[in-house]
Parts: sequence; structure tokens; C-alpha cells
Amino acid sequence: MQSATPFLSLILFIPTVAALLLLFVPSNERGVIKWGAFIASLLPLALTILMWMQFSPNAVTGRFQFEEIAYWYPAIGASYHLGIDGISLTMIFLTTLLVPLGILASFSLTERVKGFMILFLLLETGMLGVFMALDLMLFFVFWEAGLVPMYFLISQWGGKNRNYASLKFILYTMGGSLGLLLAIQMIGVTTKSYDYLQWLGNWRTLDAVARPLFGLPVSTVKSIAFWAFVVAFAVKVPIWPFHTWLPDAHTEAPTAGSMILAGVMLKLGAYGFLRLVLPLFPVQSKEYAPALAVLATLAIILGALGAFGQDDFKRLVAYSSINHMGFVVLGIAAAAAAAGTDNALLAMNGAVLQMFNHGLYAAGMFFLVGVIYDRAHTRDLNAFGGLWRLLPIYGTVLMFMSMASLGLPGLNGFVSEFLVVRGAWPVFIAATTISMIGVFFTGAYTLKALWKVLQGPLNVHWVGHLTEMTTRELVVVAPLMALILVIGIWPAWILDVINKTVMTLF
Amino acid sequence: MQPNPFQPAMFLAILPEIALAVLAALILTLDLTLGTARKRYLGWVTAGGLVIIMALAAALSRPAAQPELIFGGMLRLDGLTFVFRFIFLLGAAITCLLMVDSATVATPGVRAPGREGEFYVLLLIATLGMDLMASSADLVMLYLAIETTSLPLYILAGFLTRDPRSTEAGMKYFLFGAMTAAIMLYGFSLIFGLTGTTNLYAMTAQWSAGKIPVALPLVAVMLALVGFGFKISAVPFHFWAPDVYEGAPTPVAGFLSTASKAAGFAVLLRFLLAAFPQIAPDWTVVLAVIAAASMIVGNLLAAVQKNIKRLLAYSSIAQAGYILVGVVAAGSPISAKLGAQGVLYYLLSYLVTNLAAFGIVAWVGRSLGSDDISVYAGLQKRNPYLALALLVAMLSLGGVPPLGGFMGKLLVFGAAVQSGTLGIVLAFIGVITSVIGLYYYLNVLRIAFSVPAEAHLPALPVTVAFRVAIITCVALILALGTIIAPWFGLSILGAAF
Amino acid sequence: MVLLRAIIPLLSILIFLPAIAGLVILALPENRRNLIRWVALGTSLVTLLLALLVYVSYDAGIGGYQWVEGPFPWVGALGISYFVGVDGLSVPLVLLAAVVLLFGVMISWNVEDRPREYFAFLLFLGTSVLGVFSSLDLFQLFFFFELAVFPKYLMIVLWGSPKTRNYGAMKLTLYLFIGSVVALVGVLAMYFASGKFTFNLIELERAGFSPAFQYAWFPVLFLGFAVLSGIFPFHSWAPDGHVAAPTAVSMMLAGVEMKVGAFAALRVAILLLPIGAKQWAWAILILATINVVYGALIALIQKDFKYVIGFSSVSHMGLVLIGFATLTHDGLLGSGMQMFSHGIMTALFFAVVGMVYDRAHTREIGQLGGLFRVMPVAAIGFIIAGLVSMGMPGFSGFVAEFPIFMGAWQVSPAVAIIAVLGVIITAGYILLVIRRVFFGEMPAALQGRVGDIGMMDKIVVISLSVMMIALGWFPQALMAGILNSGVQRILTLLGGA
Repeated sequence: MQSATPFLSLILFIPTVAALLLLFVPSNERGVIKWGAFIASLLPLALTILMWMQFSPNAVTGRFQFEEIAYWYPAIGASYHLGIDGISLTMIFLTTLLVPLGILASFSLTERVKGFMILFLLLETGMLGVFMALDLMLFFVFWEAGLVPMYFLISQWGGKNRNYASLKFILYTMGGSLGLLLAIQMIGVTTKSYDYLQWLGNWRTLDAVARPLFGLPVSTVKSIAFWAFVVAFAVKVPIWPFHTWLPDAHTEAPTAGSMILAGVMLKLGAYGFLRLVLPLFPVQSKEYAPALAVLATLAIILGALGAFGQDDFKRLVAYSSINHMGFVVLGIAAAAAAAGTDNALLAMNGAVLQMFNHGLYAAGMFFLVGVIYDRAHTRDLNAFGGLWRLLPIYGTVLMFMSMASLGLPGLNGFVSEFLVVRGAWPVFIAATTISMIGVFFTGAYTLKALWKVLQGPLNVHWVGHLTEMTTRELVVVAPLMALILVIGIWPAWILDVINKTVMTLF
Repeated sequence: MQPNPFQPAMFLAILPEIALAVLAALILTLDLTLGTARKRYLGWVTAGGLVIIMALAAALSRPAAQPELIFGGMLRLDGLTFVFRFIFLLGAAITCLLMVDSATVATPGVRAPGREGEFYVLLLIATLGMDLMASSADLVMLYLAIETTSLPLYILAGFLTRDPRSTEAGMKYFLFGAMTAAIMLYGFSLIFGLTGTTNLYAMTAQWSAGKIPVALPLVAVMLALVGFGFKISAVPFHFWAPDVYEGAPTPVAGFLSTASKAAGFAVLLRFLLAAFPQIAPDWTVVLAVIAAASMIVGNLLAAVQKNIKRLLAYSSIAQAGYILVGVVAAGSPISAKLGAQGVLYYLLSYLVTNLAAFGIVAWVGRSLGSDDISVYAGLQKRNPYLALALLVAMLSLGGVPPLGGFMGKLLVFGAAVQSGTLGIVLAFIGVITSVIGLYYYLNVLRIAFSVPAEAHLPALPVTVAFRVAIITCVALILALGTIIAPWFGLSILGAAF
Repeated sequence: MVLLRAIIPLLSILIFLPAIAGLVILALPENRRNLIRWVALGTSLVTLLLALLVYVSYDAGIGGYQWVEGPFPWVGALGISYFVGVDGLSVPLVLLAAVVLLFGVMISWNVEDRPREYFAFLLFLGTSVLGVFSSLDLFQLFFFFELAVFPKYLMIVLWGSPKTRNYGAMKLTLYLFIGSVVALVGVLAMYFASGKFTFNLIELERAGFSPAFQYAWFPVLFLGFAVLSGIFPFHSWAPDGHVAAPTAVSMMLAGVEMKVGAFAALRVAILLLPIGAKQWAWAILILATINVVYGALIALIQKDFKYVIGFSSVSHMGLVLIGFATLTHDGLLGSGMQMFSHGIMTALFFAVVGMVYDRAHTREIGQLGGLFRVMPVAAIGFIIAGLVSMGMPGFSGFVAEFPIFMGAWQVSPAVAIIAVLGVIITAGYILLVIRRVFFGEMPAALQGRVGDIGMMDKIVVISLSVMMIALGWFPQALMAGILNSGVQRILTLLGGA
């Protein structure tokens, strides 16, 4: 369905244009730069909300809406093709929401503001492009494009270990995406097109054609391509054992960087599973789903254990992302294994919602870690203690966020994890059971963090040093908390959009 | 082919040679009448006379469409004669100009003042001899011509009687020349004995008759090759060249390495192709070996020289090797034409190139009193245009476009490739060794263009005569490398014999 | 426009304008530095405008050769003609050469040592590369190809970095010369084997060389030319030469000259001997893949800033050759893109390296650091070039490498996979260099001594960066459309074999 207004292009490129404009603002005009970036990032959010209103979940004509297609690189069969369905829409909303919040969170920045804001806005374009692209070459363009700004955000504005962490981050993810590149090219060369919709037709039915590819049977080639995709996305999600870059990168990144990393970038991997792996490789997905489920379970358990073992607050939150993203993968695995059944639908709905939810509370948690770090200049859990008495508002917000992440009923995390577990249960009983034990560990480390920071004996060192959250900081968390609560109580509005799309996936 | 009976018109054919003799006589007279101070103009006069003779030759002494043997079969006016004549005359003219101001620079021992006349006369006689060499169609005439050329050159090489190196050079040149000439003469006599004729163009019939075993003419050819090899300074008859070039007055060395070498090639072409086409497959192999050895030995030894004249000497040995590649190709029926044309073109460009190089060396040597390559340091600062001329000359020797040397190499290697497997092998040897060549030519340029640590370098002015000579050479090098067609036309003409 | 084409010999003007300006500059007095450099700048600017005109007016819909002049007989007897024209594949390269020439002049704005010779030689180099890209006559192509020898050598030797310039210049020149003369033998072999006795490339394309001939001579021709593109194992001249050269020459060498090699290998070896190309493609694929991985690995361990870039060129040119060797539409298209993209990128790299060196007086990576704060524009330029080099989407490197890998998939998935590994190594060394040189702490020795770059330098950096981004965003509109028409023509030739 074509739309009169090129919503997608506008959302996609407003941040880029804003970044280019900022280039011409003198570096010492910090106020102009900050507010300019913030306002510029609100525009895509507004447009996304507008688009959400116009989005028709029940549309029957075509799977994608707001499609745009334009001439780009026809010499090799690639075009500028954008379009969204319910899953992308949810992710776009998450992105356009978190970016202004991230910028607002970075208002405390005093050094090299200009570079930071420009990179941040470029990062937004990169991420949005992945969710919108319906051309696989374009998809890859945006997939990689996001890496560069993030690399520089970490390596320039990051913590002590930033050099190591940023290089590890980019080499891991680039290494992972090489497989993606090769697989995309292989399919592109085989089908003579990079258009996603074409692939859905050509590539899936390739099994019927008996001719071998590259001297190998089609099924073998497909398996190889499948694993290339899986590895690329697994690094990004990250799925155990491809996760080791994550704690380093998240810990060293600046606050806003961590918010976006955990909030959106990890979703890119999961989105890749949903958009590319399951639809293009239904057979292989089904075949290898149990393996994926095992890895997901390991991520849940080991992520939680890893988090529990941390003394660094930020590192703890970073490990928790592995744990939470494990549920997304579990949901995807279950959906792949049980494709076509109600269980698959439930699991998939849960997975997508979990992506959105994790985006909210992970960003919130990282922001809150940043808030305390800005004041205390340490993240050592053992250095805190009894801060609730000093900072009651902060304490309340932190408690709220932690509960959301813990999966407290009434907040958003519960809804999605419940859906995942409900969907996965009949499919992978053992894996799901063990994952439930993982939830127990989740509780353990969350409470450990809360205990160490807020409860216990007050570390008198902080008296007089720590100040309460500012209004700006509250403005950052308020939308997150509101959404967490709304979804926790009434998830139907978002599940409706997700569910209709999920149904067409199979 | 029957020699024409005598006709008065035959004198037109040797008009340039007659004019040369007249010019020599004129110079001799002027030498006696002019005062010492004015003798420097003798060089101008000689050069001017040579230019006039060139004009005469171009206007009046053109070869007929059907080449003729004249003067009882002694001489032959054909394309080869015609074109080589220009090579010799031009070479002599430029050499004269290079000599004009040698006395103005007061370096002791360079030249005894007052002997200009002798110098130019000897040069003219040598040139006359070369003309005859190129046009000889008879073994006797050929031998006489060779000696007419050689004797003045022996004296010129030893012209600086106060300089022991020059004397030694003259002596060495003479001894080598005499010995190789004797061997060559022995070969000539063998040929006469086998065929009963001294006319080069009459011999083919004898070989074709089939009465003579192949081995015999081959032996005769190889004996004659000793003499020619000496003239063109090809390995293994090259030992004299470095010492003679180093000791002789530099312009003379330039003349030896160009005109005299060209004369050798003229004879070689006519001798081998007119008289011995039947055994071409045999002598091409011999020549190919000589060519390969010259290219390899010449280049390798040149690369290690510290004295620029020795470097140019070894380089001229290597260049002889390249030209021989063309001769080898000319021996094969497929590439006969292109081979000879390549030789002609190569000699044309080599003439102006090497004269320019030796001219600059002469100037620098006289001004700075040394021929070590190291004295060239900072030449570019002293006289940028001289350095540019050196650049052109060296790169042309190296075979780089847009200069004449490139076209020469292209043509001889082209002919070699056309001729077949042996030629292709030679061509590969040629191109690989030319890389070594480029190495030492560039080395000279590097030194000339680099700025030495010493702060002040005095300028190095040049005189008008020198400038005219060098500019002529450089212009011709460039013209040979860019406006190729007319020169190639000349080569086509010269390859008809 | 049609009328314009008929009247104005635009390509010829474009080709010869730099050389003529070079000659004019040589004739100017040495102390008029300002005049000299303004003439150089003006000329190269006009050259770029003309090249842009040619580029923009190239009609990809019609395809084929456009702005054709000739063939006008040059040496008619040998079938040599002056014949120029551009097709979809060469027209971006013409533009590239003009771009790099202009920025090379701008980057050299403050040359103090003999600016006259410097700019003149640089402009000669410009004519050489422009001539190769627009030649439709094989002799002429080779002529221009070799024309670059002396400017390259002398510029490195005279203005290069003092420690290694003699070695680097000689190594570079000899490597390239040996490659080109070996190719020359191949060229001659084709000339004769075609039976047409013409150097006209269009004619030779139709010569129909026998398969045995193609099989035997393809490696000679391809490798001979590809030495200049840095093909393994003949690549070692490249890093040494690039590092020794002054900035503008490094830009020209790595940016344009290496493309000259690749272009000539394609234009002559692959297009004239398509059957040979198909038979030998596997070998080129192997060598080029080694280029990619080996070059990147060696770059990873370099301690000298400039050597990193030198080896990166080796690695990237490997991708170009892979694209050629696939002989597929995608591979050739990608190679075309990569040649332009890499040319711009590496020019920018070397420009920034030069700026850093001019200010810090060291290229040891260990002694640099924190330069972002003092020279942000240069640093951002370097980062952008780095991203291009890593094949990051959004930049020209990606849209160039992507089709190359697609081409590789069609012939050998193994090559695609291994070559992609080269990309991640590239990311590693580029990021390390960026971090060490531009970020982190500035060493005490540099504090206060290193200043920002000048306006001229900023224009260079920004223009080159914008070009790479623009090409990355609009590949088809800016270049691939034009290239496509050239590639179609090649495919027809390959298919016809």
C-alpha cells in the first residue's frame, strides 16, 4: 500500500538532515546544539505516532504498509525499498522514543557535545533503516551504518576501558555481519534480486528446483545461509556464547549509548530473526529450533548468574540484558518449532512484546545507573548502601524499573514473559522449565542490586554528596515508566498491532 | 647484377663525398691562414659545411628507384647509403659544434691550441670513410673504406698528446683495430677464394650454386664478424671501448660510439644480407648469441661504473646488443624488412641521443675537471636546462617515451618478436636487460637532480655552439619519439639495399 | 552538445593541457614561485572542469566510445594512429585522474624546494594517466603508460622522504618498468599475430587470436600491466614507493597510477585475449585474493603511519583484480566502482598522512596521538576514508565492494568468503590507526608544535570526503549507470569469444 506522505523516508532522514545542519553550528554553542538535537529527534517521534494512527493492522492488501520504492542501484538489482508491518512499527516507535530520551539524558554532557549529538542522530537513522528496509542490500547498509556512530560514541565518550570495549564491539559485530553479507549476496546472486518480497517468493520455493547451487545441494546451501544469518543476528542479540562483547560495550558506553545499545541495538538482532530467518528459512528454522532453544535457555540462566556475580552496577544491568533477551530468543525458537500453531502465535507475540518491553526498562535501568554514576563517579555496588533515605525519588524510580525488569505482574515485563513461557511450554517443556528457574535468578540479582544500592547500612560517605534527581532526569524516565505501566495493565493496544502481523508471518 | 659502365651522372652519386674532400681541403687552407684566435671559428665552418653537404646530398644524391652499382661495381647508391650518409654527416656536424669552444674553458691538457684544423680535417676524412663504408659493394672497396675511417679515428682518439690516457687510448684503439682488421681481411680473402669474386652482390649466386659446403662461408662470415664486431663494439670484441672512450677527447668518444658504430652496422647489414642470405639461419644464431652477450655484459658492467664515460662506454656496448637484435630479425625472411628498419631507426635515435649525452659529459668534464659521476651532484642547480637535456638523453637511452630511444627499441624488439621463437627469446632478454639499463641511467639523473649538502654551487654556463648542438640533439630526440612517421619513412628508405 | 563534440577535440585538450602547462612552467623563471603554482592550479582546475564536462556529457544510454577523435594516422606504415575516446569504464577514471591531479597540486601548495620542476613533473604525470585512460590505440596507450616513468622517479627521488627515497624510487621504477616492458613484448606479439598490422584497439578486439596464442600470451600481458596495480607477488614496490614519495605523488601513484595498471590489464589483456582470460581467471583470482588478505595482514603490523596506507592499497587493489577475474557483470561493475572509490579514498589517506607528517615530523604511529583536537577536519577526513576502506555502507567503498563479492560468488564462493575476511582485518588496522593517531593523549613532544591545517588542505579533505559519501549514497545515479554501459560492452566481447 502506497502512502501519500513518505512517512518512512521522513522519519528515516530527519535525524540525518539534523545532524548535517548541526555540523554547521559552532562547537561552543552547546545550548543550541543540545536543544536542536532534542527537537530534531522529537519530529520522528511525532511522525511515528501519526503513522501509528494511520496504520491499519487489519489491512489485507499486501503485507507491508507505507511502502516506498525508488531507484537506487539497479545495476546490481538493489533498490530503495521501504515498508513496515506491525513488528517494524513497534520497533520504530521504540527507537524514536528512546532517542530523544537518550539525548535528553546526555544534556549533562559538557565536552564535545557537537560530535556526540551528530553521531547520536546518525545512529538513529542507521537503526531505523534496518527496521524499514525491504531491500536486503539496503538492510545491510543500515545494519552496518549504525555500528560506526556507536563505535565512536563508545570509544570517545566511554569509560576507562573504552578502547578495548569499542574495538571488541565493532569487530565482533562486523565479524558477525560478514556472514550476513555473504549470505545476502549468495541469495542475491541466486535470485538475481535483493528485494525482500521477491525473496519471499523465490528463495523459499527454491527447494522445488533440483539444480545444485555452487556445486552443493540446495538444502545444504540453505542450511549454510541459515547459519550465516543466525550467527550474525545471534551476535547482535546476543545469544550465548556470542555475548562476550556485550558486557564490555554496555559498561563502557556513555549513558545514552548504553540506553540505545540495550534498548534498540539488541533488538536489531531479534528483528533479523523475525524478518529474515523465520520467513526465509521455515524448514531450517524448524529443524534447528531446539538448538536455538537450548542456547536461549543458557542465555537466560548464565546471563542471570553472570549478573548476580557482578559488583559493578552497570555490568550487572548489562548481564541482565542477556538474560532478558534470552526470553525473546526462546519465544522465537518456540514459534519456529511450532510454526502454524496457536502456541507459535503466543510465543511470537510474547517475543515481540518482550523486545519492546526490554527496550523500555533496559534503557531506564541504564539511565538510572548513569544518574547515580554522574553523582558518585563510581558504580561499585559495595560502595553504595542505604541510599533510599538520601534519595527517595531516585529510590522509588529505581525500584519501579527493577520490578518491571523482574517481571512483576502489573508491569510490562510480566505480560511478555508470560506470553513467551505460555507459548513455549508445550513446545519445549524442559527448556521452558529451566528458564523458569532462570526467572528465579533474575529476581535474585535484581534484589541484590536494590539491596546493595538502596537498602542496608547507609554509607555515610555519600551524605551531602548526592543530590536528588533533577527535573530533566525525571522527564527522561517518566515516559518510560508510563509506558511500562500502561502495557502492564492494558497491553491490548500494542498486542493488536503485533498479533496481526505475526499471524501473517506463517 | 651487372655494374653499369661509367657515366658522368655517377659523380652526382658521390657528390657528398667529393664535397667532403673539398671541405677538408678548405679547412686545411683556413687553418693555415687564420690566426690562432680565430681558429675557433673553424668548428663553425666545418659544421656549416657539413650541413650544406647534407642539403646537397638530400637534393642531388638521391637513390634511384632501382639501386645501381656504380664505378665498376665498387659503390652502390641505394637507400642504405643515402640514409647512413645523413647519420654520419649529422654526427660529424654535431661533434664539430661540441668541439668549438673546448679551448674557451681553461682546463689544462685538454687540447693543444692551434691544432683545430687537424682535428676537423681528420674528422672529415673519417666521415668520408664512413660514407664509403656504407656504400661499398665490393670487398676491396669495403676494406679500403674501413681503413680510411679507422686511421683518422686512431689519431683522434689519441689527440690529446699531453694526456697519457689519451695517448694510451689512441694506441689501444689502433692495436685492437689493426688486429681485428687483419682477421677480417683473412675472412675476406677466404670469401674471395671460395667465390672468385669480390663483389658482394655477385656472391649470392655462388652460394646458391651449391658447390660450396655451408661450413666454409660460415667460417668466413665469422672471421669478418671479428672486424665488424670491433667497429660496433659488441661482446666479445668490446674490450677496447671503455678504455678508449675514457681516454679519448669526449666528443671523439661520442663520435666513435655513434657514427663509427653506425658505419659498422651499415656494413654489417649489407655484408650479411646482400652476400650471405642463404646461410642466414646460421649467422642469425651467431649474432643472437653476440647480441644477448652484449646486452647482458654491457648493462651489468655499466651498472657498476663510477666514471660517466666508462658508464656510457658499457652502455654503448649494450646498445650495440639491442641493435644487433634488429640485425638478427633482419636475417629472418618474415621480419627482414622490419628488422632492417628497426636498425635504421635505432641508429638514428641513438646517434642524437648519445651525442647529446657525450656532449654534456664533455662540457661537465671540462668545466669541473672530472668525469666522476659524483661531480654531477647539483647539476640541476647549476644549470637546470643542461640537467633537463641530460634527462632527455638518459631516458632516451633507457628507452622511455616520448623519446627516440623508445621507438628504436620498440621497432627492433618488434621485429624480433615477429621473427619467431629465437627472436622472442632475444626480445625478452632485451627488455629485461633494459631494466638494468634504466637503473643506471636513472642513477645518473638522481645525482644530477639531487641537491648536495655543499651550500654554494657556482652556475655552469654554456656557450652558443654547445647550446646549438645540444638543442639540435634534444629536439631530434623528441621528434624521433613523437613525430615518428617521417623518420620511419627514412628508415624504410634506408632498409632498401 | 552534438555540435560541440564535432568541433572541439575536448579529449585531446584534456590530455595535453597538463603537459603543455608543464612545459610552460619549465620555461618560467625559477623565482616566480607564485606564478608557477597559480599556473599549475589553474591548469589542473581547467583539466578537472573539462573532465567533468566529458563525464557529465557521457551518454550511458548510447554507450560505447564517445568523444572519439581519430583514428588519425600517426605512423601509417606501422598501423599506429592517434585515436582517443572514452567508454563507460574509462570515463570515471578520467575524472578520477583529473580530481587527484587538482588536489595533488593543492596539497603541494607550499612546496619550497624547486617548485617549478615539481609542478611541471606533476603535470606531466597527469598527462600520462589521462592519456592511458583515453587511448584507443595500443601503441598510444603504451606510449602514455611509459611516459610516467621519469616524473615518478624524479619526483620521489627529489622531493621524497629523505631516508628511503632513493631505494623506494628505484624499486618502484624498476618494478614497473620491468612489468611494462614484458607487457610490451606481449603487445608486439599481438600486433603480429593479429595479421592486421594495426594497433587500433577496436580492430584488435575483432582479431580473433587463436586459443593457443591467447593461452600462451595472456599471462605475459596481464601480469606485465598488473604489476602496476600491485598484484601479488609483484606488489612490494607499492608500499615502499608510496611511502618514499612526496604527498602529491603518493596520491597520484596509489590513487591513479595503480588504476592505470589495472585498467591496462583489463583493456589490453582481458579484452583482447578473452579466451586466455577465461583460462587463466583462476590464477588471477588466487593471486588477487592473496593480495586482499596478505596486504591487510601486513598493514595490521606496520608501525609507520604511511606504510599502513601503502599496504592497504595493495589489499584494495586485490579486490579490483578479483572483480576483473570473475569476468561477470557484477564483478566488473564493482571493480569499476572500486577503482574510482579507492582512488579518491587513498588520495585522501595520503593527503592526511602528509598533513600529519608536515606538522609532526614523524610518521611513527607510536609517536603520534591526540591529533583530533588540533586538526579535526583532517581527522574526520581520515576517518571517512577509513570507513570507505572498511567497506562501510553509506560510503563509496561499500557500493564498490558489494558487487565485487557478488561477482566472486558467481565464480567461486571460496574467494568471496576469504576476501570478505580481508574486510574485517581492514577494519582492525584502520580503527587502530585512527585511535592511535587521532585520539588518546598527545605525546609531549608534539604539544604546542602541531597546528591545524590550512584552507587549501581543508578544501581537499572536504571535497574528497563529500565525493565518497555522495557516491556511497547514490551509486547508480553518479557512476554505476555509466559504468554499466562499459561493462555491457565488455560482456559482449567476452561472450563473443
